[in-house]
Amino acid sequence: MKTIEAPIQKKEIRIPSNRLKHSFTILLLISIIWLSGWKVEFSITSLINGLPNMVDLLVELFPPDLSYINNVTQPMLETIRMAVLGTTFGAIISIPIALCSARNVAILPIISIPSRFLLNLVRTIPDLLLAAFFVAVFGIGALPGIFALTIFSVGIIAKLTYEAIENIDPGPLEAMTAVGANKIKWITYGVIPQVLSQFMSFVLYTFEVNVRAAAVLGLVGAGGIGLYYERTLGFFEYDKTSTIILFTLIVVLIIDYLSTKIRERLI
Amino acid sequence: MAQTFTSTPVKKKNPLRKWIIIISICFVYIWAFSGIPIIQIKETSSEVISSIFAGLFQPDWDYVYDPAGEDLLRGLLDTLAIAVLGTVIAAVLCIPFSFLAASNMSRGKVFSGSGKFILSFIRVFPEIVMALLFIKAVGPGAFAGVLALGINSIGMLGKLFSEEIESLDLGPKEALIATGANPIKAIWFSVIPQILPSFLSFVIYRFEINVRSATILGIIGAGGIGTPLIFALSVRDWERVGVILLGIILMVVIIDFISGKIRERLT
Repeated sequence: MKTIEAPIQKKEIRIPSNRLKHSFTILLLISIIWLSGWKVEFSITSLINGLPNMVDLLVELFPPDLSYINNVTQPMLETIRMAVLGTTFGAIISIPIALCSARNVAILPIISIPSRFLLNLVRTIPDLLLAAFFVAVFGIGALPGIFALTIFSVGIIAKLTYEAIENIDPGPLEAMTAVGANKIKWITYGVIPQVLSQFMSFVLYTFEVNVRAAAVLGLVGAGGIGLYYERTLGFFEYDKTSTIILFTLIVVLIIDYLSTKIRERLI
Repeated sequence: MAQTFTSTPVKKKNPLRKWIIIISICFVYIWAFSGIPIIQIKETSSEVISSIFAGLFQPDWDYVYDPAGEDLLRGLLDTLAIAVLGTVIAAVLCIPFSFLAASNMSRGKVFSGSGKFILSFIRVFPEIVMALLFIKAVGPGAFAGVLALGINSIGMLGKLFSEEIESLDLGPKEALIATGANPIKAIWFSVIPQILPSFLSFVIYRFEINVRSATILGIIGAGGIGTPLIFALSVRDWERVGVILLGIILMVVIIDFISGKIRERLT
């Protein structure tokens, strides 16, 4: 009997204060949404007026002009190339950063706090912004794209890896400290064997993300297939645009499938 | 680097497979590096880089608030408004899709399979490309960005939400139906209370992602802070680039902090 009474009593006490709080929250949410709508000039009429345009666009997207695939195969390969290199450089750079950020490896907070701060800073900048920045510095081409993907990958890989390092089994580490191993041996034989397979899996996952990111980097001039979106849309060749979209989707799905299979075997 | 990555985990397996893996990875890297443009170091590059750093560390504070017109605060508010509205649209639109995709709610595998296919199709579609298509349909501006984010977020929200529905406890619903509740009442009082907290948590998480995405939509003309940023980058006004980057980083950090706190309280 007691177990049934207790929750009911508790509920009766909580309801009045909750209701006030809930109505305030809902009021606040509605006003935020309303203000946002006013700010972006949200209008149903322009949406309705735009709908015929959108239907026209969708009609023109079909059927895709499949012969255009020959023209975009090279940029597509360049996109994958950029993703491969960006992920690799990012993985190499993220090893020391991950080791410095993990609290059980870098015991001194003077090392771990700045490197974590750096990582959080890197992760707030979207990939396309990085690419736009590097294009402004190095000029148009695949190179700024690779640099942007490198920094973008460091943000993902280093974050995931240092969390994995913090969860490793401390036993082997203590044993190695006890027999007097120096820090480099301690890391090589105590830390790395425990996180290597997870690290590889994170690298592959980042590669998947990078292929998708690399496909749009061309919009700001950073190489790859993205350039062709703007080119075909600019000339109103929508059947070619839909070819590019389909081609990208197929490549992304294949790479996702392969990398998921490899990741399943790694862990 | 590739060799050191792979040779350690496969030490104990048979040597032929190990060599096949190493050779295929080497092949991928040779292919990837062969396509890279050679880094050309221009004579002026050190000058350019020093002017960039000088600009980034001496931000153009006058740009933060300018009563006359375009300024940083207005741009950031626009970006936030786009993210809010995009998330709200996606949160509403994803509900029917997720009920369709959840295998315990829709009748038959055909419906849930097609629902899952639509959601994964939307998920692999790059949002920048979606924004390009919407710009063609409703014209450039924040509204196109809102629509692109709104449609694109359906993929992720719908997937997370449908998985949540699949792991639902259907006992209370059956009990309500047994006492004579109609199906709508049964869902309202048994299903909704179970999934509401995690649903809100997913929506807030997606809002964090959308804030980042909204900062880059402006690069292609879909409103927000991206537009002034790409202008400043193209005229190499590094002081202004510095202040805009600083604004974006601060906004993302604050939003992440607030939404992290709210999500902690929800779950």
